[in-house]
Amino acid sequence: MIILQLKKTLDAMDGKMELDVSLHIKENSLTTIFGESGAGKTSILRMISGLMDPDSGRIEVNGRTWYNSAKGTNLRIQDRKIGYVFQDYALFPNMTVRENLSYALKKKQDRGIVSELLEIIELDNLKNRKSGTLSGGQKQRVSLARALVGKPDILLLDEPLSALDEGIRSKLQDYILRVHEKYRLTTILVSHDLPEIFKLSDKIFLLKNGKIERSGAPSEVFLSKNISGKYRFTGTIIEKTRNDVIYVIGVLVGNNLIKVIATEDEANTLKIGDKVMVVSKAFNPLIMKLNNS
Amino acid sequence: MIEWSPIILSFKLAGITTVLLLLVAIPLSYWLSYTKSYLKPVIETLVSMPLVLPPTVIGFYLLIAFSPANWFGEFLDKTFNLHLVFSFEGLIIASVIYSLPFMVHPIQSGLNSIPVSYSEASFVMGKSRMTTLFKVLIPNIRFSILTGIVLTFAHTIGEFGVVLMIGGNIPDETRVASIAIYDEVETLNYATANIYSIILFSITFIILLTVYVTNGRYMKRIWK
Repeated sequence: MIILQLKKTLDAMDGKMELDVSLHIKENSLTTIFGESGAGKTSILRMISGLMDPDSGRIEVNGRTWYNSAKGTNLRIQDRKIGYVFQDYALFPNMTVRENLSYALKKKQDRGIVSELLEIIELDNLKNRKSGTLSGGQKQRVSLARALVGKPDILLLDEPLSALDEGIRSKLQDYILRVHEKYRLTTILVSHDLPEIFKLSDKIFLLKNGKIERSGAPSEVFLSKNISGKYRFTGTIIEKTRNDVIYVIGVLVGNNLIKVIATEDEANTLKIGDKVMVVSKAFNPLIMKLNNS
Repeated sequence: MIEWSPIILSFKLAGITTVLLLLVAIPLSYWLSYTKSYLKPVIETLVSMPLVLPPTVIGFYLLIAFSPANWFGEFLDKTFNLHLVFSFEGLIIASVIYSLPFMVHPIQSGLNSIPVSYSEASFVMGKSRMTTLFKVLIPNIRFSILTGIVLTFAHTIGEFGVVLMIGGNIPDETRVASIAIYDEVETLNYATANIYSIILFSITFIILLTVYVTNGRYMKRIWK
């Protein structure tokens, strides 16, 4: 169990913002912190890793205190067992892929983990390339593999896929799920991509202006009422056309365009660019707007 | 035949100064790049002073400070048996101070250009500041360090005012090439002055050309 109670005054775009959150995260879960940019998501990850000190609060990981302002405890960054995937990957350009991974080895740690990770994340054919010569998706994979070398207690992913295009994204999501299962990690993801959150997370915390607004399973948080749908996809509306008395709504799900029929009343609540969830309940697909604010 | 010792002395002075400055400048630049101290602007100003101050001013104050007639010079003389006025050792110290910005500036700007996330990633992996500096930061600013080395070397060879003030013109001790040229001209020995000048001109030209070629894209184009 990870217990986070964090308070910090942050410099936000429009003046000061009070970050004040309390999160309980179960071991081996994949938790997402969701929110608009500037809501304080990255700051939470930085405080967990020790790169930023809270003004006050407490960080407890599996029974061990990492930070406690009341008792004056503050574990050094180097002593917290963290795997951190940075937004800009932070690969060292002077090293090859394999050297980047080897650098992360702890003293006297078995080197076998490097080869194992190169294999799991399918980097074997790239291992001797300098990291500067890799594509964005490849860099991201190296960064993920490198974060796992030290066998971390917590894996922190800071919008790891935001700069990548859809196809590579989906593949990387699979890698994240794979290593999360295999190494029984406790993973905390920062993201504002709904399909990604639905695919990856067990639980999400919705952060707004430094406070947790809602939390729970993704569907609980984003849908106003529970639906017993058989299939559900999230996507973006890219077209809306009137066809006699009904409307045809074109929804882009991944790379597929799905056409869904909507009544005039339903169509009036939807506009192009809206994020929606398409649910197939029995034989009638239902379409509903996602409540993401 | 010309006397080679001034040229050799110039190179010896430049070589020793460069090595010492490298040892001083790496920790100093690292501190300047990452500190949030209020002292930072003051230290930065002091480091840059030799760029604008006439060398004679630095030379003059060092002369006063190192003079055995003053407490500091007397202290050095009595405690370490060091005579820094009109000696090669004195020239080294003066050169280190005089060339400080030429080593610190490139290294500092190199460090500033490295994303903060490199150091942060290294710390998160459990690595100390020292390991991070030597394994991650320094290898990634090697061109900045090379620039610092070459500029310091070339600048020390070109020193005149400071050397004259603190070192004077003692053969094999403080008569470096730039002083020797001045000396030869004063005695109307234009031919010898010309040879010294050509040697210095060519060497500094080659050194600076090397910097621009390595730092520009020319190198990458040729050695892809």
